[in-house]
Amino acid sequence: MQHNGSILLTGGRVIDPSQDMDRTTDVLIEDGRIAAYDATADGRDDVQVIDAANKIVAPGLIDMHVHLREPGREEDETILTGTTAAVAGGFTSIACIPNTEPPLDTQAQVEFVQHQASLADQCNVYVVACVSKNREGKELAEMGVLSKAGAVAFSDDGSPVYDAELMRRALEYCRMFDKPILNHAEVRELTTGGVMHEGLVSMVLGLPGMPAEAEDVMTSRDIALAEATGGRVHMMHVSSAGSVELIRRAKSRGVPVTTEVCPHHFTLTDESLRTFDSNFKMSPPLREQRHVDTCIAGLIDGTIDVICTDHAPHALEKKMRELDQAPFGIVGLETSLGLVITRLIEAGHLDWSQALAKMTINPARILGIDDTKGTLRIGADADVTVIDPDVRWTVDPKKFHSKSANTPFAGWELHGRADTVIVGGRVKYRATESAGGRPSRIPAKAR
Amino acid sequence: MSIDTVDIGTVPAAWTRRHLLDLESLSAEELNIILDSAVAFKDATANCSQKVPVLAGRTCANLFFENSTRTRTSFSLAARRLGADTIDFTASSSSLSKGETFIDTAKNIEAMNVDAVIVRHRTPGTSHLLAQNIGCSVINAGDGPHEHPTQGLLDILTIRQRLGRIDGLTVALVGDIAHSRTARSNIWGLRKLGAHVIVCGPSTLVSERWEELGVEVAHDLDAILPRCDVLNLLRIQFERQSTRPFPSVREYALLYAMTRERIARAKSDILILAPGPINRGVEITPDVADGSHSAILDQVTNGLAVRMAVLWLILGAEP
Repeated sequence: MQHNGSILLTGGRVIDPSQDMDRTTDVLIEDGRIAAYDATADGRDDVQVIDAANKIVAPGLIDMHVHLREPGREEDETILTGTTAAVAGGFTSIACIPNTEPPLDTQAQVEFVQHQASLADQCNVYVVACVSKNREGKELAEMGVLSKAGAVAFSDDGSPVYDAELMRRALEYCRMFDKPILNHAEVRELTTGGVMHEGLVSMVLGLPGMPAEAEDVMTSRDIALAEATGGRVHMMHVSSAGSVELIRRAKSRGVPVTTEVCPHHFTLTDESLRTFDSNFKMSPPLREQRHVDTCIAGLIDGTIDVICTDHAPHALEKKMRELDQAPFGIVGLETSLGLVITRLIEAGHLDWSQALAKMTINPARILGIDDTKGTLRIGADADVTVIDPDVRWTVDPKKFHSKSANTPFAGWELHGRADTVIVGGRVKYRATESAGGRPSRIPAKAR
Repeated sequence: MSIDTVDIGTVPAAWTRRHLLDLESLSAEELNIILDSAVAFKDATANCSQKVPVLAGRTCANLFFENSTRTRTSFSLAARRLGADTIDFTASSSSLSKGETFIDTAKNIEAMNVDAVIVRHRTPGTSHLLAQNIGCSVINAGDGPHEHPTQGLLDILTIRQRLGRIDGLTVALVGDIAHSRTARSNIWGLRKLGAHVIVCGPSTLVSERWEELGVEVAHDLDAILPRCDVLNLLRIQFERQSTRPFPSVREYALLYAMTRERIARAKSDILILAPGPINRGVEITPDVADGSHSAILDQVTNGLAVRMAVLWLILGAEP
């Protein structure tokens, strides 16, 4: 089913926020690039025609916050299984976070990931490299060398860049390479031992809390440092009303700050923890409704630039633990698009163009890959996600392509999912090819 | 009365639960069934000193992942008074760190044909998780700071027996509300049965947000003292605190310890409970603990009665 020749997507509603485009047209892909609109395959027998009628043709989706776990924690995920899950979720490009074991802090580590990703041959993988050597938060990693090796951004995620002086230096230094620092905002003194958001529910359940202020205090610090240095800071997985408001105000005065939100943070609240199910345990934690509402408001008014998953696979035996023993994090690649469609678009918060911008051109711009990614401009890489907006499906973790199934959305009925995913002009995924079963091919070694 | 003539009756039809995990989810009717059954067992066994073998042939396992002497002994004795066999499993956290999860441990115990496991664990929700993952009945004997339902029940039974009612009473829970499972079980049980509940302690241990659940929040014990019918003095849980929530034990005792002087300013028939183990001199002075207002030893006997009632309700209706 991989097709290296030309592809014509016919009859689809093409929505490309990078060109402010929303119209029904046929799209021709040739030589791995977007070749023409209003095209035809008439008289050609070398063109694979894919019927996209009643579907949405979007730039290939980008998830800029994915934990692939390899190297080091292959029991949770590998680059092969993670990228296979990404494609099945509609993503043509992902950025992987460097908290592997060892962490991705050298050119050799970056090249290892790139090599494994090319062997996996599923989607594009961009490497986010460490801010600090060995992700220890002490000395800067070799950002210049790492940038040359292909790192698109820097992050010590898993942990915040804790030392304010190191953060200031990192922001100053990476300006030279025009790369952003992606930071996990959490003041640890306020979250020690915490397993969930600090609020009424944590009080009733007797579970140690992680107050929203733990996020806000560091968000405030990072904004101040970005403003002072001119370095670009990207606040990862924003979850608190206070942080959204801080970022909104910072943007209005021109501070180079961007941010992202995860589907679980605009969908679920801390009430979920009443089940004591560790699939609701993540960092930052699920918060109260007012925080969820503020995240949605931030998506609507553009304060929140990006929707990402923070895909954090953990093997079953690690999650089947007491809440305080279970690790933070959930998988997200294979539920993200359905949640965006169901909870944001169908709920009336965002239109298609707004939602897709946050999954295509906006992350591409932050990562500096928008010349060829996140867009369907003529000449751009032929990364295309054809979305069936009407299909209703039930989340079944047993059908995930990810090696891990730690999702809080098992059994949820979602609307819309990727129908056809094209990466670099080659069809990597088709949902319709195997009705009833696992909806795509799986590489034999993937499991 | 000989054990052959004891007739404890049958489990009330309104009782349908297989587990006792918390008091939050129990109705007032269910709470009263347990309390009434406890009284019946108490009467039938001369204050829980005789056997009534209604659970002969059944097996209860104490599955304690956290240290406890009092509660474990009380459950064991309650089970034996009912004629059940008991086994004790005390897991140190180190044995679990070898890789076996607590669910695996519980499944192993269950495989020995156990009818009920009585679980104590330092983490909230563990008994709830076990109830979802194993087939036998689960009784929560304390899950971290979350709930300790039989402790809440025995406190409530003690109040009911000493003061004749729960409805309309003002009951203050004093001390470390944040880390107290006893506080939470008392709050749910007392509120459902019509008491006015005050939580009182330092503002670092008593969240204002309890007001959202209909509980009065106070930080000045002397201000609320004259209104209280019952004081339940909760132990300061030093072991669960990551940072010290008040400057010194001395300051805490000055503000919150129940002393003879405070007794003198309280209602003349004020009832003093303490779930134990108590820090004498911190929450309560020895003269008050051993004085006429104290029901601390009643609580121990009522603990047996409540646990007999709970075991019987949960296991007694099955063939």
